[in-house]
Amino acid sequence: MNVHSPSQLRSYIGASLVEADGATLDEVLRGLDRRYPGVRFRIIDEQDRVREQIRIFVNGEQEFDITSPVGARDEIVIVGALSGG
Amino acid sequence: MVATQPRTAKTSKSSTGNVVLLVGTKKGGFILRGNSSRRAWTLSDPILLGSTVHHFVLDPRDGRTMLMAAVTGHLGPTVFRSTDAGKTWKEASRPPAFKKASEGEAGLSVKHVFWLTPGHASEPNVWYAGSSPQGLFRSDDGGVTWEGVAGFNENPMRETWTGGAQDGTPDGPKMHSILIDPRDKRHLYIGMSSGGIFESTDEGTSWAPLNKGCDFPYPIPGPLPEFGHDPHRAMLHPLMPDLLYQQNHAGIYRMERKDAQWTRIGKNMPPEVGDIGFPIVLRPRDPKTVWVFHMDGTDVWPRTSPGGKPAVYVTNDGGETWRRQANGLPKANAWWTVLRQAMTCDSRDPLGLYLGTTTGQLWGSTDEGGSWRLIAEHLPHIYAIEAVEPR
Repeated sequence: MNVHSPSQLRSYIGASLVEADGATLDEVLRGLDRRYPGVRFRIIDEQDRVREQIRIFVNGEQEFDITSPVGARDEIVIVGALSGG
Repeated sequence: MVATQPRTAKTSKSSTGNVVLLVGTKKGGFILRGNSSRRAWTLSDPILLGSTVHHFVLDPRDGRTMLMAAVTGHLGPTVFRSTDAGKTWKEASRPPAFKKASEGEAGLSVKHVFWLTPGHASEPNVWYAGSSPQGLFRSDDGGVTWEGVAGFNENPMRETWTGGAQDGTPDGPKMHSILIDPRDKRHLYIGMSSGGIFESTDEGTSWAPLNKGCDFPYPIPGPLPEFGHDPHRAMLHPLMPDLLYQQNHAGIYRMERKDAQWTRIGKNMPPEVGDIGFPIVLRPRDPKTVWVFHMDGTDVWPRTSPGGKPAVYVTNDGGETWRRQANGLPKANAWWTVLRQAMTCDSRDPLGLYLGTTTGQLWGSTDEGGSWRLIAEHLPHIYAIEAVEPR
């Protein structure tokens, strides 16, 4: 599946689009963390909650539960939420 | 480089090296290098531009390792580490994080790492970190990996001591002022806003409140509680580690540890000034000389310089009398303040004092506060300054 990542994660992932696999969103994120160490904890906190200023969309639908299943042809988009100042 | 803030008795000697200021701001870290006279200063490029740096600290044990407590914008809290005196930086491989909660429980998440303290001189790779919400973390490998100190973070009294999420400062309740007794690595103090000062004599396994004599941040009926206070910054004196000072939300205090009782030395401040502020600085060579920076704590607590006239106050007699030091600071219309980590001193003789403002100015004094000069400006909102010197 394709995983789109925001500019905020560029120092970890190095690209805006990478291929990944996994049966759940968490498996996808853990796979990314093996390739790009530390990136999962920048998206998910220690209680396995999506960080307050991060949004994850699977096929255009916002997903909060990282145990949710994902498919090989799904499109995952990770977004830095509007915030700042 | 050596850290100049008093952490061990060794740092109480005056030195002659050039002073370097490590500056943590809302938008990154900066290094400000002074010349030998401390009159000319050179600012580095920003480090981790865009990250909020709450604390930027040099390890006094090796003079090269630096840690920065950072919130990387959208990406949450972490710690960055440099082993070449700030030239290159790498993120901790396991940043401070609370223990994963059991199924069905909410669990705590670190919002930001607020405080960093190098460990005891006998433990070269040990560091402590304090977080928002209040959590205590320890690294045994120089800041690469961090573990929660279970004796505090998982203590069944933790939520009662801290008052929970709603009982904290506007940008979140936090742990700060992690102090280590230079004579005993197992003897620790912590400060919490809110929660109060707590002490451990077994390296963090157990904790007891140490707030007797300290006023409560707001009026409450009945006897004062043992905890729930709001210390803004606490320090122990390197020459007399049983002498503690704190700038609290409710005044300025001193304690001789054997008395286990805080004395409100801020009551000797001019009444029109009051004794509210964030930072407190101790003179490393003199246990009776203390500086504070006052702020407006009236009505709705503007937390700005009272009347728009910033000033430092100093005592040379342990708080019996206080003297205003504002020569060179703006005389009017300066509505900034100085946060709890944003005032510090070097170890030169005469001592240099430094303060960083919420409007991004750095002020310095080379005569122990007698006069002040602007040494850098146009920085982001300043959270922290540490003064260090080439070894």
